[in-house]
Amino acid sequence: MSGKVTKSLPLDTSTLVELYRRMVTIRRFEETIFEVYRRGWMPGLAHLSDGQEATPVGVCAALRPDDTITSTHRGHGHIIAKGGELGPMMAEVMGKVTGYCRGKGGEMHIADVSLGILGANGIVGGGLGIAAGAAFSFKRLGKGQVSVAFFGDGAVNQGIWYETANIAVLWNLPLIYVCENNQYTQFTNWRKLVAGEGLAARARAMGMQAAEVDGNDVVAVYQATLQAVERARAGEGPSTLVCHTIRYGGHHVGEPGTGYRSKEEMAEWHAKDCIVHYERLLLEKGVINPDQLENIRDTIEKQIETAVSAAREAPFPDVSEVNQHVYA
Amino acid sequence: MSTRELTFAQAIREALDEEMARDERIIVLGEDVGAWGGVFRTTEGLFQKYGPERVIDTPLSEEGFVGLSVGAAMTGFHPVPEIMFGDFITLVMDQLVNQAAKMRYMTGGQIQVPLTVRATMGGGRSSGAQHSQSWHAWFAHVPGLKVVVPSTPYDAKGLLKTALREPNPVIFFEDKVMYAKVKGPVPEEEYCIPFGQADIKRAGKDVTLIAISRMIHPTLAAAEKLAAEGIEAEVIDPRTLTPLDKPTLIESVKKTGGAVIVDEGYQHFGATAELAATIAYGAFDYLDAPVERLGALDVPIPFTPVLENATIPDETKIIAAVHRVLEGRRSA
Repeated sequence: MSGKVTKSLPLDTSTLVELYRRMVTIRRFEETIFEVYRRGWMPGLAHLSDGQEATPVGVCAALRPDDTITSTHRGHGHIIAKGGELGPMMAEVMGKVTGYCRGKGGEMHIADVSLGILGANGIVGGGLGIAAGAAFSFKRLGKGQVSVAFFGDGAVNQGIWYETANIAVLWNLPLIYVCENNQYTQFTNWRKLVAGEGLAARARAMGMQAAEVDGNDVVAVYQATLQAVERARAGEGPSTLVCHTIRYGGHHVGEPGTGYRSKEEMAEWHAKDCIVHYERLLLEKGVINPDQLENIRDTIEKQIETAVSAAREAPFPDVSEVNQHVYA
Repeated sequence: MSTRELTFAQAIREALDEEMARDERIIVLGEDVGAWGGVFRTTEGLFQKYGPERVIDTPLSEEGFVGLSVGAAMTGFHPVPEIMFGDFITLVMDQLVNQAAKMRYMTGGQIQVPLTVRATMGGGRSSGAQHSQSWHAWFAHVPGLKVVVPSTPYDAKGLLKTALREPNPVIFFEDKVMYAKVKGPVPEEEYCIPFGQADIKRAGKDVTLIAISRMIHPTLAAAEKLAAEGIEAEVIDPRTLTPLDKPTLIESVKKTGGAVIVDEGYQHFGATAELAATIAYGAFDYLDAPVERLGALDVPIPFTPVLENATIPDETKIIAAVHRVLEGRRSA
């Protein structure tokens, strides 16, 4: 694929294709975990993000490798978008010693510090303090790094958002708050839980730049993030992006997500599927042809199969590890 | 070695100053810790010396600035957030318990959190139920945190310098009654005190008294009065609860056959319970009486002095507990 800039799309061809590859990788990873869970190959719960792929991929496309993210309990997409490898991810999900966290974190707590992934957090809003701290460090280190906090619509009602947002504005921190509004805080629509007009309005009230974004449009997410990143790198302070999207599945595998969402509502969201739309766009613009798409999908399929079989064959950690890594 | 007398607050300040000069990663932050010099004067002069980039006045947002400190610790700094009144640490529990304490373990050793949270503790100032509590036992209950409870200016300085070189999160409790009132010798020369080493503040053979933080002082006073009765008490300061120097406690009780444990944290499920269990297990065959525990009375701390004083262990209560132990009696 050439590196030429595609007409009317803001990225070069290879980047546009990479966005597609990452979105499909997340989708297939999540669908595979669904099967892994149902077959009993993993312990615990599985919180999947299929449907939401455009937001993490669009955001991370605007980041440098040395920028950092904090993630959430629904974090597999963030990890893959920031460059996480499928092998150690799948192994972590299965609790194996070859996992990113040696099986000690699990599917909710995948981290790869070398990729700027400062951990996925099981506490709603739990990454916000950490992300503010990373932004604080980056401002002082002066290398132009930015810090991104991914969080969901539930976290907008946690006090830590307001406390860190106030500090981030006062101290002009290079911090980007990315709210993935997937419409449901567990089993309740966000409109029943959020007073006023939502997080963007709240951010503006604190003197922060904020934008509402179609979270299913990877290019729109990329463009909005790029603006926020440029502001942050230029020392112009934090931003908030509210990306509206949907999770297709339930809160976790085993909870079908049908008890509180209508068929009609879900059908509307499926009609706006982020991957289907982006695939159509790439074909229409001639960025890619159907054969190339199939090749990409085949490659992803093989990578996932390899990740699953390697994770299944990998050993669990030795019990002697149980009290390692408590203290440095 | 040349030695001066410093107050507890001066010793804290000197440790911060020396370590900030040694390590640029150390930053101090909290409410009025900068230009004002701290409510208890423990950061006095640091703002003028190190500037607003390293001694930072924060909004009144404990969870926000401690959460930010956790993230800054993960990305290259050693933050030292100050919790002005230890009671306010309740606002920060998620950041300390779910975030700081677990990051290293949860990521299989990828992340370190070099963080020193300074918090006050202790009553006796008529500050009421929300400005007087001592919550060190809570944090000693959390794997991944280290807990320091110094009792003298010498210990405070040496232990704080160690905390500021630690790669792990440390909760450093300072009893605010000691800041100005407790003075003691502190050498001019540099020193650090390792964690996990109890200090025998007074040697004795008849009974072991273990006291935490400020409680060392009424305990030592009690020991002097007991000496006049011919009872030689050994007084031990654990200095750190995590890690805990169990051998020193156990060896002392093997020698004396009895123990009284004194703490200003609540007695019910408090630090005294863990120390008593340590002794009961480690020196079971040597005990001549049940281990006595004196913690704070299990009530919210009252304002009026006559009631507040009734909640805190003192010399008289300590002496009475020693007599019970030596007579093999139990409290009513």
